[in-house]
Amino acid sequence: MQLSWLLALSAVLFTIGVIGVLIRRNAIVVFMCVELMLNAVNLTLVAFSSHFGDINGTILVFFSLCVAASEAAVGLAIIIAIFRNNLSVDIGKINLLRW
Amino acid sequence: MVTYLFILFALLSIASAIGVVLNKSAVNSALFLVVNLVALAGIYLLLQAQFLAVIQLLVYAGAIMVLFLFVIMLLNLDNEENIFNKFRFRYGVAFIVGIVILAQLLYSLGSWTDTLPAVSPKMAQVGTVQAVGNVLFTHYLLPFEVTAILLTAAVVGALLVAQRKIQTKE
Repeated sequence: MQLSWLLALSAVLFTIGVIGVLIRRNAIVVFMCVELMLNAVNLTLVAFSSHFGDINGTILVFFSLCVAASEAAVGLAIIIAIFRNNLSVDIGKINLLRW
Repeated sequence: MVTYLFILFALLSIASAIGVVLNKSAVNSALFLVVNLVALAGIYLLLQAQFLAVIQLLVYAGAIMVLFLFVIMLLNLDNEENIFNKFRFRYGVAFIVGIVILAQLLYSLGSWTDTLPAVSPKMAQVGTVQAVGNVLFTHYLLPFEVTAILLTAAVVGALLVAQRKIQTKE
């Protein structure tokens, strides 16, 4: 298992996440695609950590997991609040702050 | 053996990621995301990061995805098939951006691929819970405590944002 294959897999997953963020209009699915991108970057960190035998990458992934958990909680709360006001989670219809 | 398992998990994760993006129903997207997270946990196990594999299953596939599914079911979403057929221009832009990003990443990867190291044999001792705990509670103690504050702030903030407006008595 070469390191370059892991990095290539991570790049592909990240790209799928970017495309998902760009083409989906449901805010929750956009959020899930952001989680996909976070996971792709975590995979890169774990791959480097494993191949160098260095534990700092593993610890960084641990902290990134904590940040992802809190981000998910706050983000979903924001989505619920928007849904209460707007009765929609379609990001095309959420245009209160639009210029 | 490890290579075949890696190919299996890689194909599984890519297929489920495409499933997340292309599925019309948000619940199915969330379930595909669970498959993706489990496949990534399998890859972590292959990389001998056992602690992270378990944490990935517990925190991501357990806690965060339950949160996602709860919100999807709270919000009573309908499928977005009527939205999904319009906006061809958006798709074109999105795929061009995606191809550019993928090309950049793979190009930068390809130019460095000769200098990448082989698997370090040290990882078997590095990925265990004991090793992670040893470093986490000594060298990274302050960031660990800050994480606790961050999670508390996130919980309080989520409750504050998501609660209904309190009726103030005049």
